[in-house]
Amino acid sequence: MTPWTFFLTHRSEIFHATIDHLTLVVISMDIAIAIAVPLGMLIVQHPRLRTISLGLASIFQTIPSLALFGFLIPIPFIGGIGRRTAIVALVLYALLPILRNTYVGLSGVDPAILEAAEAMGMTNTQILLRVRFPLALSVILAGIRTATVITIGVATIAAAIGAGGLGTFIFRGVAMVNDSIILAGAIPAALLAIFADLLLGQLERRLKVV
Amino acid sequence: MNAKPLAPSDVAIEFRGVSYRINDIPARSIVSNVSLTVSRGETLVLLGRSGSGKTTLLKLINRMLAPSQGQVLIEGLATSEYDPIRLRRGIGYVIQEAGLFPHFTIAENVGLVPSLEKWDSAKITARVEELLRLVGLDPAEFSGRRPRELSGGQRQRVGVARALAADPPILLMDEPFGALDPVTRAELQREFSGLARRLSKTIVFVTHDIREALLIGQRIALLQAGRLVAQASPQDFLLLDHPEVHAFTASLAIANGVSQ
Repeated sequence: MTPWTFFLTHRSEIFHATIDHLTLVVISMDIAIAIAVPLGMLIVQHPRLRTISLGLASIFQTIPSLALFGFLIPIPFIGGIGRRTAIVALVLYALLPILRNTYVGLSGVDPAILEAAEAMGMTNTQILLRVRFPLALSVILAGIRTATVITIGVATIAAAIGAGGLGTFIFRGVAMVNDSIILAGAIPAALLAIFADLLLGQLERRLKVV
Repeated sequence: MNAKPLAPSDVAIEFRGVSYRINDIPARSIVSNVSLTVSRGETLVLLGRSGSGKTTLLKLINRMLAPSQGQVLIEGLATSEYDPIRLRRGIGYVIQEAGLFPHFTIAENVGLVPSLEKWDSAKITARVEELLRLVGLDPAEFSGRRPRELSGGQRQRVGVARALAADPPILLMDEPFGALDPVTRAELQREFSGLARRLSKTIVFVTHDIREALLIGQRIALLQAGRLVAQASPQDFLLLDHPEVHAFTASLAIANGVSQ
């Protein structure tokens, strides 16, 4: 069976796996953004917290993804088999690029602009929300873009712990030594990553102010 | 240092034995024991070389920095007694390169302090238009633009308009025209000195350019290595017998020699 005929005969299954995959990615990215962006804002003014949180996020990044899924299985509440565990692992993976870019973007604002803001009597919160954040937005988005592409890739491995998604085909294909089945998972995953990259890249350019 | 003693009610800003040190090891004095008064409505120029402490003195006025010793008084009250946010909203501030917010339009830049002060939007719009006209920019043409779409001179005009937005009694200017080309700089200096006379604000103007000091100041205070070494009116300044004054007048003579 050629990849193309496999694709045609299983198109509904592949479509659903793609939707599952996207759902996994979107949920994980939402949670990662909700954690990393506020944390990034916080660590701009707290050097000690900065060292700890960036260090911790880096450590998660260095754990091989298959191992991370494995480590999580025995942990109560967040662990076990299935989608929840996968989301926890994907969130941990996505944290570092978002956190680092948020911090770099917020702290990289032109000092003259910050000086003017302070001299005009803006409070620290106003400076953060009305000056630093809008000026850092394109850098933060670049981090989100990197994290999204990583997450789409790593999410294929989530199938190993029963979270579904396009990885199901890849693992099945590997087990059956069938390239057509592997490609039925790998090609849609690659396309998803490319589209996400293009889309977020466009948004990033639009939000760039200087 | 023979400035006439002023009645307290005439004094807008007063430095009382102010020193500012950075706690490096060894501690470095940026400003040493400066006593100086600026009377209400006066334009005082702080003149000095780079690193003479001019900008530091300016930042001590709006409490961007706090004195290590002595006191800075605004309207008779030490800056340490003020809420820094309230103090700064009552003091306009213009810096080199203007420090405009690149993500705001010109109108939003100029209207920032009024909007922080929660003026209603019609009042802000009217004020922004008034100020843009005051600094020679057509509101219809410039309000909606972003800073990057303006020339350096135009940006600096916006910087002045922004500092004046909430009608602060005090205006601090840190080498506002320093980054401009000589022609635009001369143009803005002329216009600004006219504007300063009309506005009757207390203005402290920092520069290292003696020509600018002579043109804009009603009084010039000369700083050298963090110390106040001379102060005089522009007419008397050139006649002062102090080595640092000679150094500055020599630079002026050289500039004149070239232009002739």
